[in-house]
Amino acid sequence: MSQTPPQVVQPDWRPAADWATLRLRAEWLTQVRAFFAARGVLEVETPALSAAALPDPHLHSFSVRYCGPGRPAGQTLYLHTSPEFAMKRLLAAGSGCIYQLARVFRDGEAGRRHNPEFSLLEWYRVGFDHHALMAEVAELVTMLLKGRLSLAIPEHWTYRDLFQHHLDLDPHQATVAQLHACAQRHGISIPPQMPADAVDPWLDLLLTHCIEPTLGQGRLTFLYDYPASQAALARLRPTLPPVGARFELYLHGVELANGFHELCDAVEQRRRFMAENMARQRLGRSVLPIDEHLLAALAAGLPECAGVALGFDRLLMLATGKTTIQEVMAFPIDRA
Amino acid sequence: MATYSTNEFKGGLKIMLDGDPYAIVDNEFVKPGKGQAFNRVKVRNLKTGRVIERTFKSGDTAEGADVVDVELQYLYNDGEYWHFMDQQSYEQLTADAAAVGEAAKWLKEEAICQVTLWNGIPLSVAAPTFVIMAIVETDPGVRGDTSGGGGKPATLETGAVVRVPLFVQNGEVIKVDTRTGEYVSRAKE
Repeated sequence: MSQTPPQVVQPDWRPAADWATLRLRAEWLTQVRAFFAARGVLEVETPALSAAALPDPHLHSFSVRYCGPGRPAGQTLYLHTSPEFAMKRLLAAGSGCIYQLARVFRDGEAGRRHNPEFSLLEWYRVGFDHHALMAEVAELVTMLLKGRLSLAIPEHWTYRDLFQHHLDLDPHQATVAQLHACAQRHGISIPPQMPADAVDPWLDLLLTHCIEPTLGQGRLTFLYDYPASQAALARLRPTLPPVGARFELYLHGVELANGFHELCDAVEQRRRFMAENMARQRLGRSVLPIDEHLLAALAAGLPECAGVALGFDRLLMLATGKTTIQEVMAFPIDRA
Repeated sequence: MATYSTNEFKGGLKIMLDGDPYAIVDNEFVKPGKGQAFNRVKVRNLKTGRVIERTFKSGDTAEGADVVDVELQYLYNDGEYWHFMDQQSYEQLTADAAAVGEAAKWLKEEAICQVTLWNGIPLSVAAPTFVIMAIVETDPGVRGDTSGGGGKPATLETGAVVRVPLFVQNGEVIKVDTRTGEYVSRAKE
């Protein structure tokens, strides 16, 4: 009597990206290293595991458990969402300009442009402000895209000008009621449970639905001078109202990089972390351990610097004309 | 009924919005670098077929809709309602004109149809993809013309009108694709 073998669904073991894409990824790593070597920027590595986590209420760290020598009762560690804190400690310890190609981890983020694990190219330039760093970002990105995408010269918009241009409102003055009315005018279906007492989620709603898709069409678009409430690690510029020295880079409607003229004030940084943890509590999220190593490094003295994190996979996606980030990764989360 | 978080959203999931059942067509996760994440969702109203866009804060929930597809046998039309039967349980269900819609003209007694039920009540009816029907009225064709070029209207036993080749005659039985309303071939009864 013959027996039918049990039906096993074979998982797709092959890479999600094609070989041309994976070869380009490798070629870019070489180009990036040459770019920074020529500028005297040092490549560094920092741990993916940390005892502390970024308390940003909208970023979710994976937590893991370490049990072993030195930790008989076990210890919760967090996978970094970016290598920022450890790199700032190197800067405070006198590293000078540094860069890192890091795998980073963000829980809860998956979609056409998101994978929970992805590659960030992060670098810090001592003595740069965010404008000088935006120029260097444009140089690097233009170099990588050479022969693939031809771009017009980059454009720069302040957050305020961009909202005034597209939506005819001042993002630094607008009330929740005005932002709500604006979203309705533009045909956005208002999500249930939007807060009545915080403007930032409303600004995020308008930015993602009405503005982002139009940014970076045929050129790099830099958006800078964010509301202070949206720049927890950036220094404030003493304008009226004060704005955060933060920038974002967009190309073809895709957000590619986020940078700061970095905050060097340990007392102010602690205050902001505590405020973020309070915001987490209000949203029903866990309070996270604050990175005392970072605060001690800031207190010891972080050199004046600007830093940026560039989404390596997303840039690769645009360069190869792919429509999803999964197509430029060997094994995205569904095949991990 | 269960509630679903945005993390469970995917194409085909049935949810309730403003009291109507919808099916998710497309779900896109968007996030402005730092800040609030949203799910931009395209949903199809299962009553009207209209597709609209809705936005949720990521992590928010929506109530599930009790919508299932079942195979039912069409029995008869009483002038107002269409009557169907579940061939396993022999339970009978009635569908109104809104639910039957365009499928009405393809429904022949005893045909097996896919019926979408919402809370146990027919919401929409899909006719079988191919139906075999007799022609009850068509102009006499040109004898000897087998090219099929041109064609002529023919009225079928359910009242549906399709274009058939000139050589197809009154009383013949034909196969029709209900998705396009087009003649496929002659058929044997």
